[in-house]
Amino acid sequence: MTEQKALNLTVTGAKSAPAPAGAPKMKTDGLSIYYGAFRAVAEVSMPVPDRKITAIIGPSGCGKSTLIRSLNRMNDLVSGSHIDGKVTLDGEDLYGPGVDVVDVRRRIGMVFQRPNPFPKSIYDNVAFGPRLYGRVPKAELDDIVERSLSRAALWDEVKDKLKQSGMALSGGQQQRLCIARAIAVEPEVILMDEPCSALDPVATIKIEELMQELKKDYAIVIVTHNMQQAARVSDFTAMMMMRPDRAGEMIELSDTQMIFTKPKDKRTEDYVSGRFG
Amino acid sequence: MASTPSKGLRTARPRQTSSAIGRALQHGDIPYKVIVILASLSVLGLMIGVGVMLWIASGVTRDSGGLGFIAATDWNPVSGVFGALPFIAGTLSTSLIALVVAVPFGLGVAIFLAELCPARLRAPLGFMVELLAAIPSVVYGAWGIFVFIPSVVQPVGNFLMNTFGDSSRGFFIPLFEGPFFGASFLAAGLILAVMILPTITAISRDVLLAVPRAQREGAYGIGSTQWETIWQVVLPYALSGILGAVILGLGRALGETMAVTMVIGNVSQLSTSLLSPGYTMASVIANEWGESRTPAYSSALIEIGLLLFVMSLFLNLLARLLVWSVSRRNPDQRA
Repeated sequence: MTEQKALNLTVTGAKSAPAPAGAPKMKTDGLSIYYGAFRAVAEVSMPVPDRKITAIIGPSGCGKSTLIRSLNRMNDLVSGSHIDGKVTLDGEDLYGPGVDVVDVRRRIGMVFQRPNPFPKSIYDNVAFGPRLYGRVPKAELDDIVERSLSRAALWDEVKDKLKQSGMALSGGQQQRLCIARAIAVEPEVILMDEPCSALDPVATIKIEELMQELKKDYAIVIVTHNMQQAARVSDFTAMMMMRPDRAGEMIELSDTQMIFTKPKDKRTEDYVSGRFG
Repeated sequence: MASTPSKGLRTARPRQTSSAIGRALQHGDIPYKVIVILASLSVLGLMIGVGVMLWIASGVTRDSGGLGFIAATDWNPVSGVFGALPFIAGTLSTSLIALVVAVPFGLGVAIFLAELCPARLRAPLGFMVELLAAIPSVVYGAWGIFVFIPSVVQPVGNFLMNTFGDSSRGFFIPLFEGPFFGASFLAAGLILAVMILPTITAISRDVLLAVPRAQREGAYGIGSTQWETIWQVVLPYALSGILGAVILGLGRALGETMAVTMVIGNVSQLSTSLLSPGYTMASVIANEWGESRTPAYSSALIEIGLLLFVMSLFLNLLARLLVWSVSRRNPDQRA
């Protein structure tokens, strides 16, 4: 098992070829998400194109977080949650029988609302993921740590204190450390659940710049409360809204430009122009 | 003047009293402070009082034996010879056995309750574990004599003795040398393990449950299995709290008296074998206090009490230091 995982790691380490034009990296098909009997998200069909940033916006409680957390099966951790419909990665059904949920989460990385570094050194935080897949030679691990921290735009700030606790960093640095930790296992998609909501404006700008760099290699999905952020960083924007039965639905999805200038749905227009929500 | 509305903060609700002390009394600040300070001081006072009392009452033995009392191995009240080493060794070895057995066991139960247990079983199971702590010590002792020793300690002890206890054979470990009749350090240590299990389990479980969800999600989010998440993220995060749980368990093991007295055999001898009968500091005091007719005898027993007191203080201090040094490495958590 370990060997197979290690093999996967080296194969994807070479970075798989971009999905053929037209075929999205990920896709949800009529996806409904339930907590027990309660339907939190209703019939969302959404493509996630490769090497683009897709933003999900909408008022509080409309199911944005639930939706993004179902993309890497994080919701499996909530007892009583289940889904209808399909989530696919490169055409492969992530909820299908025999799918290893651990492998799903390795291929689809996640960055959370509040920075959550482990109470370990900066080095060990980044090396945590690669070490799960068996023994990695020290030199190779050093290399992965440096590369990941560089890609997360954190290397220059921490290269002299890799042995210090990751929790001693500032909030923005902690969040970039968490991004480095996520990309150290070479995922194919990165999910970001309101990654800047706990950060100050300067740290927020840094993360947004970083996202522009990362999208050269990854498909990125970001949930955000901040409409300006969605307008600044994303290529596509999806608008979610709560229906009268309290289930979240996706009412519009198109180019970010379109959503913010010529929305088709009246509710989207009201929301992005700040008339409610 | 008194009827003139005052300005600023006090305009909303004018006070009758004008002096600072009067106001503080009216608010209850001063009485409240006095009460809580007195309560805290009384704890300190009790500690010092117990220490001083033990020091004074053990004067006869301290004057005649000095520090040699600690290292002396003979205990013969009839001829007035008093040495505490067998009891110190007994207390330490039984507590150590208890920790070696109860820590992995208790931690295992705690991990199950906090991480794996179906939600509707968690409360009843946790309640049963906590109930173990409510069973009176003397009941544990009786259960030990009639059930635990014959059905568990005897087979385990016999196995250890037959496997490792024969000096003429290959793997000889003096710790398990015979003869073995049941009442022993091993029996006392195992009973203590059962008794401190609820303490270690209940506190460790609460500590594990207090580990932030974000930590678990961080681990799962990069493809950790449940085992990897628990072992590499949750347990290290909770380490200082778990150490605290172990310390509380150790504290109970050191001082436990009744159950130990009933199963340890009550023989004051220094033995290298865990299978031989012995004595602990607490059990010798409980057992012999009633017959200590001479001042030298009762003074010797009280000095054992003093040593136990100092030892508990010292071990607790050491353990606190350990917790502190662990939690200092994780700036996010404080013990």
